[in-house]
Amino acid sequence: MPYSIPDINLELELQQRVTQALANGTALAIAGGGSKSFYGQPIEGEPLELGLHTGIIDYDPAELVITLRAGCKLADVEALLAENNQMLGFEPLHLGKNSTIGGVVASGLAGPRRAWAGGVREFILGAKIISGRGEIMNFGGRVIKNVAGFDVSRLMVGAHGTLGVILEVSLRLIPCFETELTLGFEHSSSQEHIGWINALSSKPIPLSASLWHTGRSTIRLSGSHQGVASAARQLGGEKEQDIWPGLRQQKHEFFTAEGTILRLSLPQTCEKFLSEEIEMIEWGGALRWMRGDSDLQALRQAAEKLNGSVCVYRGAGVDTEVFQPIGKPMMRLHRSLKSSFDPAGILNPGRLYPGL
Amino acid sequence: MAQPQRQQLAQLFRGFLAQESVVDAPTSLAAYECDGLSAYRQTPLLVLLPETIEQVQRIVSLCNERGLPIVSRGAGTSLSGGALPHPDGIVLSLAKMNRIYKIDVLSRTAIVDPGVRNLAVSEAAEPFGLYYAPDPSSQIVCSIGGNVAENAGGVHCLKYGLTLHNIIGLKLVISNGELLSIDQSSMQSQGYDLLALVIGSEGMLGVVVEVTLKLLPIPEYARVVMAVFDSVEKAGDSVANIIAEGIIPAGIEMMDNLAIRAAEDFVHAGYPVEAEAILICELDGTAEEVGSQITRVEAVFKASGATETRLAKDEEEGLLFWSGRKAAFPAVGRLSPDYYCIDGTIPRKTLGTVLREIRRLSEQYNLRIANVFHAGDGNLHPLILYDANIPGELEKTEQLGSKILQFCIEQGGTITGEHGVGVEKLGEMCIQFSDQERNQFHAIREAFDPKCIFNPGKAIPTLARCAEHNAMHVHDGKLPFPELERL
Repeated sequence: MPYSIPDINLELELQQRVTQALANGTALAIAGGGSKSFYGQPIEGEPLELGLHTGIIDYDPAELVITLRAGCKLADVEALLAENNQMLGFEPLHLGKNSTIGGVVASGLAGPRRAWAGGVREFILGAKIISGRGEIMNFGGRVIKNVAGFDVSRLMVGAHGTLGVILEVSLRLIPCFETELTLGFEHSSSQEHIGWINALSSKPIPLSASLWHTGRSTIRLSGSHQGVASAARQLGGEKEQDIWPGLRQQKHEFFTAEGTILRLSLPQTCEKFLSEEIEMIEWGGALRWMRGDSDLQALRQAAEKLNGSVCVYRGAGVDTEVFQPIGKPMMRLHRSLKSSFDPAGILNPGRLYPGL
Repeated sequence: MAQPQRQQLAQLFRGFLAQESVVDAPTSLAAYECDGLSAYRQTPLLVLLPETIEQVQRIVSLCNERGLPIVSRGAGTSLSGGALPHPDGIVLSLAKMNRIYKIDVLSRTAIVDPGVRNLAVSEAAEPFGLYYAPDPSSQIVCSIGGNVAENAGGVHCLKYGLTLHNIIGLKLVISNGELLSIDQSSMQSQGYDLLALVIGSEGMLGVVVEVTLKLLPIPEYARVVMAVFDSVEKAGDSVANIIAEGIIPAGIEMMDNLAIRAAEDFVHAGYPVEAEAILICELDGTAEEVGSQITRVEAVFKASGATETRLAKDEEEGLLFWSGRKAAFPAVGRLSPDYYCIDGTIPRKTLGTVLREIRRLSEQYNLRIANVFHAGDGNLHPLILYDANIPGELEKTEQLGSKILQFCIEQGGTITGEHGVGVEKLGEMCIQFSDQERNQFHAIREAFDPKCIFNPGKAIPTLARCAEHNAMHVHDGKLPFPELERL
């Protein structure tokens, strides 16, 4: 696939914008490619565009690490990696052609491989950020093992830009697999799927993705030719099409239809949670999707008891909290952390939680 | 701290802790005066050994009210002085909190106390075909709580990750005594990723009182191959070539000539003592996967200039190959009265350059250095041989260690891959991070612990200390560290 990643460093301009906003007390709304602008609490603020801050700082395939500017387009980066037979192990969502690396990290949205390979947090090694004080700082590094200082780069994952403007990140890579195979199995209920996929996950089988939808479980195996073939013989099932790229793009009709979509995160083995209403299950049971205008508060209370949470992924009403609220002691700590990075509260204020 | 004050405080804690859980006798306190970095010693005011989370909360609240420093301690195997006591503070030993509460086979998780030994988890999970992946070399004794504090690694990190990648939840007592539960068993952080922040925080954000671990299916099959090289550069390049082939070994470890000789003398693993470097490479997975990879790995070794490759014929021989690497530290220890372990991490491609510089420094300082190396992830452990009984030799060793770490930073690496900063690498932290970055660390810490009662003086140096440190470096790179305060 043709791609181009221009080498444009806007670091100082971006820093100046933050310093100015700090002086004027203006809130900034940080934007990458805008492909995930629906995800999170809507906010008002002067746009701070990162999409043109692009370039590969360092990429030596043998190191299994890439360091790049936040505005790099995900599609371009993946094309570059594919040329070297490598990929982003967390298989990020592809919600639009403008999706940027910075947005991937800030939203923390991983894709089908999450339950087996890890999420964005498992693959980030370092980050360069602009704090709310207008300071450019580097945390972590470009090596896999690094315990010097607190793990600030991982804190940026899923923080929705509320702790810093992400300028650069270093990400760990994995080699592409020799082969992948998608298999389908009939499982009429979600409960049946959850029991089955968890039992499968405790065996040494090269699983790398799972989906349950409309009475059918689909899994992906990734590995060597021999390893995948042997697992496939053991499992049976029917060979299916490679549905995973489509799932990453969320082009499935479940996602494209009108209405509110709820994203439920639950421990993988919770079998009986709203088994009738759940329409789609990914990540070996941990990620579940439903439509809904059900009683959100009751749903959240029930999920919380199981260490889970409910996010209004799309179509939240104006007064709805998008993310599951956290308890008071936790919120106090979040506020202190936020002000340690952004004392004036100018970076994406309210994007994650009101008042944060 | 005066003895009467010690007794008064002991009395206070005996109000809710068992008699033997409050250690105040000077002879007993001596057992806690150092950790694995035994060059630093300090007697604490008291040692407390709580048995429940509630007791920990009460201890923390009382200490917070009084501004009394708390140094949490697991098994005391830290190699960076992370558990070195504070002279005016208490040591909070989690040794009595050592129960495995639950092994859940279906969800492949274990819920454990912080004092549980690392290896005990895998032993308990084994009947279910599961294990806990991180395996620091101290795994027989080191505790899970300590692993969390240091984000401990081991020889299988490249494929299976660090502690961070294998923990899905924990409970933390913060400075006001509140108990926070941080759970990511749903693969979704609620709010900020505090789990990532706490792991590797060296006991400075709170006390970890319960941990939920991820367990993995025991690989069906593993094979070990040893490759012999006449230069360390070739050995280093071969690791890059294996990765370029798209193969991620379960473990790939390098030893240089001095380490090979020491290990062979000690365990008789059949290592070639004339070799400049050996690599021990383990592949695991299904029998089919391993079978196809092992042939490719051997071919890559040969193409990269290995003078010989040896495939372990069975599990027993595989363990023998590993035994020398696993015993490398004590084996090197036999060559010299003392040794000092360095923990820098570098981009793998700079290995040749870094090893040449280490050799040069070794000659300059006239101290022998044996190198063992987690080759897959770039984590280097030069072991400097010295004799603490020779006046000035420890200081000289520390200077040499610091030079090596500074060179690691210059090469794009870091001063610590898995042992932590502790008290040991405070000076190097001044070089790796800017004033603003270190201020940010302090601010994060104060968000959790406004009075800074947890492990004060460790991990993040103060601005004043760095000003002093960096000024000394500007004037004369050879100025010794011992003139600096160490707490």
